[in-house]
Amino acid sequence: MLKIVERTRLWFAISLIIIFAGLISLVVQGLNYGVDFRGGTVVTVNIGKDFDSKEIRQIAEKYDPQSTVRKIEGNQVEIISGNLTDEQVPKLFNDLKAKYNLTDKDLLSTNRIGPSVGNELKRNALKSVAVATILMLIYIWIRFEIKSGVAAIIALLHDVLITISVYTLLQIPVNSSFIAAILTILGYSINDTIVIFDRIRENRRTHKYHDYTTLANASITQTMARSINTVMTTLFTITAIYILGVPSIKEFALPLIIGIISGAYSSIFIASPIWVLWKKGEKYV
Amino acid sequence: MKARNGFVFTLSAIIIIVFAYLLMFGANLGPYYRFNAAKDLLKLGLDLRGGVYIEMEAVDKNVDQDALERARQMLELRVNNLGVAESTVAIAGGNRIRIEIPGISDAKAALEQVGRTGKLRFVGPDGKEEILTGSDVKDSTVGVDPQTNQPVVQLKLNEAGAKKFAEATKKYIGQPISIYMDEDLISSPTVQNEIPNGEAVITGMKDLDEAKRVAGIIKSGALPVKLQAATVRTIGPSLGAEAIPTSTKAAVIGVSLVMIFMLLYYRVPGFIADLALTVYIILTVLIFIGIKATLTLPGIAGMLLSIGMAVDANVLIFERIKEELKIGKSLKSSIDAGFHRALSSILDSNITTLIAGFVLYYLGSGSVKGFALTLILGVLTSMFTAITITRFMLKTFVNTGWIKNTKFYGA
Repeated sequence: MLKIVERTRLWFAISLIIIFAGLISLVVQGLNYGVDFRGGTVVTVNIGKDFDSKEIRQIAEKYDPQSTVRKIEGNQVEIISGNLTDEQVPKLFNDLKAKYNLTDKDLLSTNRIGPSVGNELKRNALKSVAVATILMLIYIWIRFEIKSGVAAIIALLHDVLITISVYTLLQIPVNSSFIAAILTILGYSINDTIVIFDRIRENRRTHKYHDYTTLANASITQTMARSINTVMTTLFTITAIYILGVPSIKEFALPLIIGIISGAYSSIFIASPIWVLWKKGEKYV
Repeated sequence: MKARNGFVFTLSAIIIIVFAYLLMFGANLGPYYRFNAAKDLLKLGLDLRGGVYIEMEAVDKNVDQDALERARQMLELRVNNLGVAESTVAIAGGNRIRIEIPGISDAKAALEQVGRTGKLRFVGPDGKEEILTGSDVKDSTVGVDPQTNQPVVQLKLNEAGAKKFAEATKKYIGQPISIYMDEDLISSPTVQNEIPNGEAVITGMKDLDEAKRVAGIIKSGALPVKLQAATVRTIGPSLGAEAIPTSTKAAVIGVSLVMIFMLLYYRVPGFIADLALTVYIILTVLIFIGIKATLTLPGIAGMLLSIGMAVDANVLIFERIKEELKIGKSLKSSIDAGFHRALSSILDSNITTLIAGFVLYYLGSGSVKGFALTLILGVLTSMFTAITITRFMLKTFVNTGWIKNTKFYGA
């Protein structure tokens, strides 16, 4: 039997270090919000051969001195600007077209977003997280007990915090797909926790174990193969699309990968230990 | 008994594989009937086929919903003038109108068309003299001519308009007065008699729809709501052209890895889980086609994620079967117990996921909604395939007696 609960402090420490670093980073450098939230224009162009970002920056700065130029894979370039207007975008592309002998097909995408759009997205997302969390808590309360519910929700918030921490620490751009991914993590990572709690509930009825620590350890051990295998199969598909997919799908797959790994970790190392800590005061029945 | 089970199992497996093949590649069945491959039936989103996406936002935050709906209808009319099939014009988020025009890449032309001021003019027979403008019209409704029973458009002008119109109709009896919306001729009725009271009727409408359209245009004149383009996005055709093959490749590799893993780790049950997973993929694709859902890039990612998760119920069941075998139960009773005991975990974990999915669907917007739908469909379908299909196939297979050694079942 695995001794998971005994090392509770270690597991909490690992998570807290990451989350704490994330919080500091959040205060110091914040999240790297993309145009979806800040508003602005992104023009993505396929140059088709290797190029010098400096040359493109010179062209872009003619239209907006504050624009940034980012090289993305496959010899593509992304020009990000806060002030580029709808009329300037075709002119900018024409300049690039002349310089690099491009065709119209090489204008992969343009994207201009007003600043109000992102705020609504954030508001909606926060509302969804709050409502979903409360409803899931109520369901777990009814099917298990309130302590399981709270432990599961803490594990869930842990996953969201870890994902946000990774994003602020590595300064990965945050766009609307990040919100969708966070909300998906909410739905999926609760799954793992419930499977373990279900096993705890079942083992408790058999009266085979005599204290909460052993009960939790045994349940985690019995479900360990399942936990690992499910994470593996999920990672197979989502990592495949992350490695092979186009940039905009990668943006979506990355937070999912982080969330899935964190979700599996938290269900084993966070949710169950929290539950045991809380139950220890009670008499084992 | 054994032979019959062998036949049922083989037949089921063949049906699943043939169906999967047809959905993947399509086939000509006989000279007249073609079974279309899934990729030809799925409705692709703008990010996969290219096009222009515009979100017009009402400048005034507390916009009247009726006015917004009238503005939407007008924008729809204008977008349809671009002559692109399958455009979408829909209200989004209370104060915005979402416009999707597939297949074009000139956002400027689309913006010009959509962002026009919408100037309504009544022009005299010479084509130059401006008799009335939109501000002279108070109301315009659809009515029925009591004599001919034909639909007509009824106009109500304000005081200034009535005076100008009375003069003009007096001058131009028997001649046409043309109604223009910007440069588009809406209608060109002939003046029958002088109209002194500012209440005119335009006859000669082809049908009720035309009358409604004309009345709507005249009434809304300029857009009833002041709009500005909040989001403008163009997706070139090459982006989708790159996204589809790379995503397909990723899907094939990802799904193959899952299947190989299940087969190696769980052996016989793993093979059956692979068949159930195939059914899962077939069903999800068919449901997507059936409800005419639009496939987008995040949708593809969601679908792949759900495929990875779809085997979860099988993993839970097979782990239970293993445990039962280890404590020495027979193969058949281990399988029964495995399914029975895994059920409560499967239900509880999937119901909590469904709760999150439904909340996201009802509260989320845009890509979140689409993703939530994928999540909900995925969970429901996988519960069905991983429990029902797997149980049927596994029991049938055991009854064939082809492989009896419990080692191949995880013991």
